[in-house]
Amino acid sequence: MATRIQFENNCEIGVFSKLTNAYCLVAIGGSENFYSAFEAELSDVIPVVKTSIGGTRIIGRLCVGNKNGLLLPHTTTDQELQHLRNCLPDQVVVQRIDERLSALGNCIACNDHVALTHPDLDKATEELIADVLGVEVFRQTIAGNILVGSYCAFTNRGGLVHPHTSIEDLDELSTLLQVPLVAGTVNRGSEVIAAGMTVNDWTAFCGSDTTATELSVIESVFKLREGQPAAIVDDMRKSLIDSYV
Amino acid sequence: MLPGSAAPAAGSGMFVPTQTVGTVLCCICGVSMQPNPANMCARCLRARVDITEGVPRHAAVVYCPDCASYLQPPRSWLRAGPESPELMQILLRRLNRPLARLRISLSGAEFVFSEPHSKRLRLKLRLRREVLHGVVLEQTHPVEFTVHDRLCDACARAQSNPDQWVAVVQLRQHVPHRRTFLYLEQLFLKHGQASLALRVASAPGGLDFFFSSRSHAARLVDFLTTVAPIRTQTAKQLVSHNTKSSVYNYKHTFSVEICPICREDLIALSPQVSRDLGGLGPLVLCIKVTNAIALLDPLTLRVHHLDEKKYRAYNFKAALTSKQLVEYIVLDIEHESPEITVDGSRYQLAYAQVARASDFGKNDTMFTVRTHLGHLLNPGDLVLGYDLYGANLNDDDMDTAMMRHSLPEVILVKKSYEKRPRTRRWKLKRLPVEEDGANKAKGEEEKRADEYEEFLRDLERNSEMRFQIDLYKDDDYRSEMASTIGDDIPSVPIEELIDDLSLGDDDEEEDGEDANAHAGMVS
Repeated sequence: MATRIQFENNCEIGVFSKLTNAYCLVAIGGSENFYSAFEAELSDVIPVVKTSIGGTRIIGRLCVGNKNGLLLPHTTTDQELQHLRNCLPDQVVVQRIDERLSALGNCIACNDHVALTHPDLDKATEELIADVLGVEVFRQTIAGNILVGSYCAFTNRGGLVHPHTSIEDLDELSTLLQVPLVAGTVNRGSEVIAAGMTVNDWTAFCGSDTTATELSVIESVFKLREGQPAAIVDDMRKSLIDSYV
Repeated sequence: MLPGSAAPAAGSGMFVPTQTVGTVLCCICGVSMQPNPANMCARCLRARVDITEGVPRHAAVVYCPDCASYLQPPRSWLRAGPESPELMQILLRRLNRPLARLRISLSGAEFVFSEPHSKRLRLKLRLRREVLHGVVLEQTHPVEFTVHDRLCDACARAQSNPDQWVAVVQLRQHVPHRRTFLYLEQLFLKHGQASLALRVASAPGGLDFFFSSRSHAARLVDFLTTVAPIRTQTAKQLVSHNTKSSVYNYKHTFSVEICPICREDLIALSPQVSRDLGGLGPLVLCIKVTNAIALLDPLTLRVHHLDEKKYRAYNFKAALTSKQLVEYIVLDIEHESPEITVDGSRYQLAYAQVARASDFGKNDTMFTVRTHLGHLLNPGDLVLGYDLYGANLNDDDMDTAMMRHSLPEVILVKKSYEKRPRTRRWKLKRLPVEEDGANKAKGEEEKRADEYEEFLRDLERNSEMRFQIDLYKDDDYRSEMASTIGDDIPSVPIEELIDDLSLGDDDEEEDGEDANAHAGMVS
């Protein structure tokens, strides 16, 4: 199921959080509401870690990871690196890499098997990604944009890409990623998918501006809705109601 | 699009695979649509976004019912007909500021019908505005203008005092005849100079033109400077004075005096003037008056142009004027030199034997004189000239000249034709001049009529003068029998006539001259 939340009155969730199948990173906000939203959903399944990267709160766009590992930019301080190493489970390899393009979250999009990267990424970084995250790396563009990490979000079960992606591109990406893809928007027509939402195999969080239509698209492509009738009534109620007066 | 991500150009030789754009769901209503920058379908966009928010729906415009003009604040009044492009421009200018502030652009406007007496003008505008990251929306928007009636300043002033004038041009010439004014009147009609005058009144010695603004009067005076040798003096009189705004209202007077030398005047130059002008003979004839006086020495065929300032320096008067012309009969003519062209006119020196018409047949008084009209005269012709032999003049310069040089007895001026009252196929328009009833002398009317007849005859004779003014075709002209028309009486050729426009039955009759002109343009 998909949940609508806000970070300090801002709907760009994917900027301030990183959700994978093994852990969840959350930025340090003024109030605890953001953190408690994630905790309510995930605390008994995976660790939810509050952190900053390089002293900033835009952690979702600076780091990239999956269940096998986590890659951090060179601006990460030693304390943050240590903090993350401590909080995350042992099978997750936390690695700090030296890369000119330091907003790794904007440049790389990955799930547990495949990664799409910025066409100008270093060869060394590409190898590191393949190594640490255990994925197959493809250099791609999405709808002519080179920041693949911003304009698409995909998991092991499905993916959502920039709305202006042509059908040929969609087919090509789908073949590469081996998951069904759909072109859509988030946060009431925003094209920056990965900044507006964060998703893993069983749950998704979207900005509160997301309309019911967008939410239904997300739930269907990421296969978040279970088939049980009872669950449908409860879960669908959340996605059908646009806003509470 | 981010930098560095431009697609390769189709013609650059690279293979660009075809890109079919897929469909996305509208984020609000879920209907499948082509992706656009807002990612909302057109109906949702139109429903949610009203681009005409903040655009005024009512406005006011001020109208003067007298002169059908609209106020353009702060002070100018523009004439515009109903539903005309000028009116559209005025109305749109009222909306310019609010539209620009909202960053809305106008892509079209049209009038919606409203009753003419409803005091409402309705416009339908098409507005264009950018909303939500790059989507440009277009929407129609009706605006209603309320028309308020107010008299504009000019009409208010005209209504409160219709005869109020601010400037007057007093045109005077101190000569006993009115030929100059008849000619000037025709010039004014041709150039439309008197159209701004509130009224034209005749005064002893000239005309008065009344204007509602000083600049109009100055315009008339400027025109006069180019057509006549004049001297101007200005004066102004304070009418009222607003102490708070320090605005002074004046009545301006332009006193314009035309030089008293006219065409066909005989002038005797003093020896000093004669020397200044390069030895121009003591007797000169004035042949043309424009903004300079042209003086012809009939014995040497030299022409000298004297402009107004120089004339004022010498200030000579005419010794003999055209009223004193006497009729002569040419008995014999002997050409002395070939015909030459001086200053656009043809002259030929010749010796002529003439006798006064009053003497002819009674006695044998004959004069042999040198004349400049050799090209026109044949034995038996009637000529008009100045009789210096029998004249009794009160002119110092003439006396000096007579003493120093031997003056000819007769100076021939122009050929005379039979005075036959004949109808003309052309006519002239007249200016509406208010007659000065108080100053009329007895016999004035007859004198005026004679002068006018003489003026018309002059026009027939002189094609140069005709060139300056407009002649109209007289529809009432009945062509006379061929036998009654003399052989060489000059008449105006029909090509020079303009057809007078008249409303009614014969407005299909197209202008002979203008039709030719049109044909000339088309071919």
